Amino acid sequence: MKRISAGLAVALGLAGLLWADSPLSINGAGATFPNPIYSKWFDEYHKKFSTIQINYQSQGSGAGIKQVTEGTVDFGASDGPMNEEQLKAYQDKHGSGILHFPTVLGAVVPTYNIPSVSAELNFTPEALAGIFLGKITKWNDPAIADVNKGVTLPAEDIVVVHRADGSGTTYCWTDYLSKVSEEWKTKVGKGTSVNWPVGLGGKGNEGVTGTLKNTPDSIGYVELIYAESNKIPYGNVKNAAGVFVKASLASVTAAAAGAAKEMPDDFRVSITNAPGKAVYPISTFTWLLIPEKFTDSAKRDAIKGFLKWALADGQSYAEALSYAKLPKEVVAKEVKAINKIQ
Amino acid sequence: MATPTATVPSAGPLVGSRSFLAKLREGDEIARLITFLFAASVVLLTVLLVYELWIGSSLPRHKFGFNFFRTSVWDPIFDQFGALPFIYGTVVTAAVALILAVPLGIGAAIFLAELAPARLSDTLEFFIDLLAAVPSVIYGLLGVFVVVPLMRSYIQPALKSTLGFLPLFQGPAYGVGFLTAGMVLAIMVIPYIISVSREVLLSVPRDQREAALSLGATRWESTWKVVVPFARAGIFGSIFLALARALGETIAVAMVIGNQPIIKASLFSSGYSIAAVIANELTEATSNLHYQSLIELGLVLFLLTFILNGLARILIVATSQKGSAVGNA
Repeated sequence: MKRISAGLAVALGLAGLLWADSPLSINGAGATFPNPIYSKWFDEYHKKFSTIQINYQSQGSGAGIKQVTEGTVDFGASDGPMNEEQLKAYQDKHGSGILHFPTVLGAVVPTYNIPSVSAELNFTPEALAGIFLGKITKWNDPAIADVNKGVTLPAEDIVVVHRADGSGTTYCWTDYLSKVSEEWKTKVGKGTSVNWPVGLGGKGNEGVTGTLKNTPDSIGYVELIYAESNKIPYGNVKNAAGVFVKASLASVTAAAAGAAKEMPDDFRVSITNAPGKAVYPISTFTWLLIPEKFTDSAKRDAIKGFLKWALADGQSYAEALSYAKLPKEVVAKEVKAINKIQ
Repeated sequence: MATPTATVPSAGPLVGSRSFLAKLREGDEIARLITFLFAASVVLLTVLLVYELWIGSSLPRHKFGFNFFRTSVWDPIFDQFGALPFIYGTVVTAAVALILAVPLGIGAAIFLAELAPARLSDTLEFFIDLLAAVPSVIYGLLGVFVVVPLMRSYIQPALKSTLGFLPLFQGPAYGVGFLTAGMVLAIMVIPYIISVSREVLLSVPRDQREAALSLGATRWESTWKVVVPFARAGIFGSIFLALARALGETIAVAMVIGNQPIIKASLFSSGYSIAAVIANELTEATSNLHYQSLIELGLVLFLLTFILNGLARILIVATSQKGSAVGNA
């Protein structure tokens, strides 16, 4: 079904290209997580420059990488950076590289359902890794109880709930666990889908929260935006500086600022467990994947223009949609990188 | 079916009319050719489907070979893919669904066709057709919001305390899992079984019933010993339809099975089905091997449906030496 609809979308896109000769039509595909803000951006940008129409298919990060590599879309989008193998595949096919541009930030939060507890819980990285590895099995385990003084945790079994569908949320969560736990890194690793040691799988953020609601004494993880908009309580996480921080737009932007100093030139960087006292440690960029070389100069100029706008004016739309803005340092660096597009 | 229904393209009357109206012969030829092409397109489509799945899964076929069917690790990070837990989950949920749905569905069909007043039967049939047309995501929601809490709080504890000595009903009960998925599937396939079986039972010739009654059989005896065996092939046909739907159902299963690729004897355990894992992981499958392994799972599901259907057909032929033929099953 997905394939059929993808094929249909491509066919419609092609038909659109043939018909719409006046506005310049640019097609992109990829991550679902930034879809609300991308739609807003492309819409606003079209209002400003009516000759440019950017279409975006939110089919998932994997599809975004695949399609931009195959050349069926003009740009891709992903919640995780492309790996070396994927970069090489792109280089082999096109003879030139692909650039990563961080656009906004998101975060992933631990959420739980313990009927006997209403207080906000604190989690250490060790406790989260232990729970998701299946090594910490009771809620009153000292690893959890010691940082939650004053809360009476039940002696019940912990039921772990994770995403079953491949997702950028899972990528961010497992990326964080890989950084804080050597055992997680070697046994499970990071990715959009992983081989979970324990736990029930829910489909989508709504599947995870649905399972949590149905299952007493359970723990899971969801996107910050989803937790916020659905008023789902979530816990604080101890960051690299040893402070328990609650996820918020400010603490997520702080994570990007913390990582900005060591930002590589290609922006392919994970900002989970970033240094800094105010940093929320399970944060991530989401990227646009833009080809280095365009054969169509009109498209190239339109995309460069859009990127400049998104990094400046576009950022002001982020917070209304619950995305964290890019810090200034990162924006400045990206504006320079736009010139690499040829 | 033994009854000469319209579904059987019998050549008899046509031959007679053809010599009768020679002019129509050309038209017949054209009609034959066109309908043949339509029929052939079904075969072509099937072949194309298998070919696509076969070509699309060349990486894992070469890398894993038969181990793909034997191993049970599914690890997209370390590129290990084994289909066994998914095959197991698919078969177990379909089996649970049929065990629950077949007696219920056939029982209801017998009531509607043989015992209920015609008005009631037609009214109920309307609702049954309506149920068969409900999109599966709705059944999935029903599963998540109604069946899962019900299972966790009432049905599973009850089963544990009564039949807990069986390995089928042991272990922690979270509400989701094989049993719940099977139950939701049963709810989904019952309308198919009732609807088709009722039609088949209604088409059993009246003289069969009358003959039985005239020999002194009670109404129930004539139904159970004459009408039902007469309609057996058609009833089995309804079960095939149910089986095919249960094997391929995707979204409703993904919502209630727990999505964990493990093999456990307990029906309370969470599991995974082939269709569910494809739907869950295909869009975000970033490595080629992962993507193609999912395609190969599609091929496995195709083969599984093929094999199980074949086995079911053999079963029918073996059990129906006398009486009804395997007609429009």
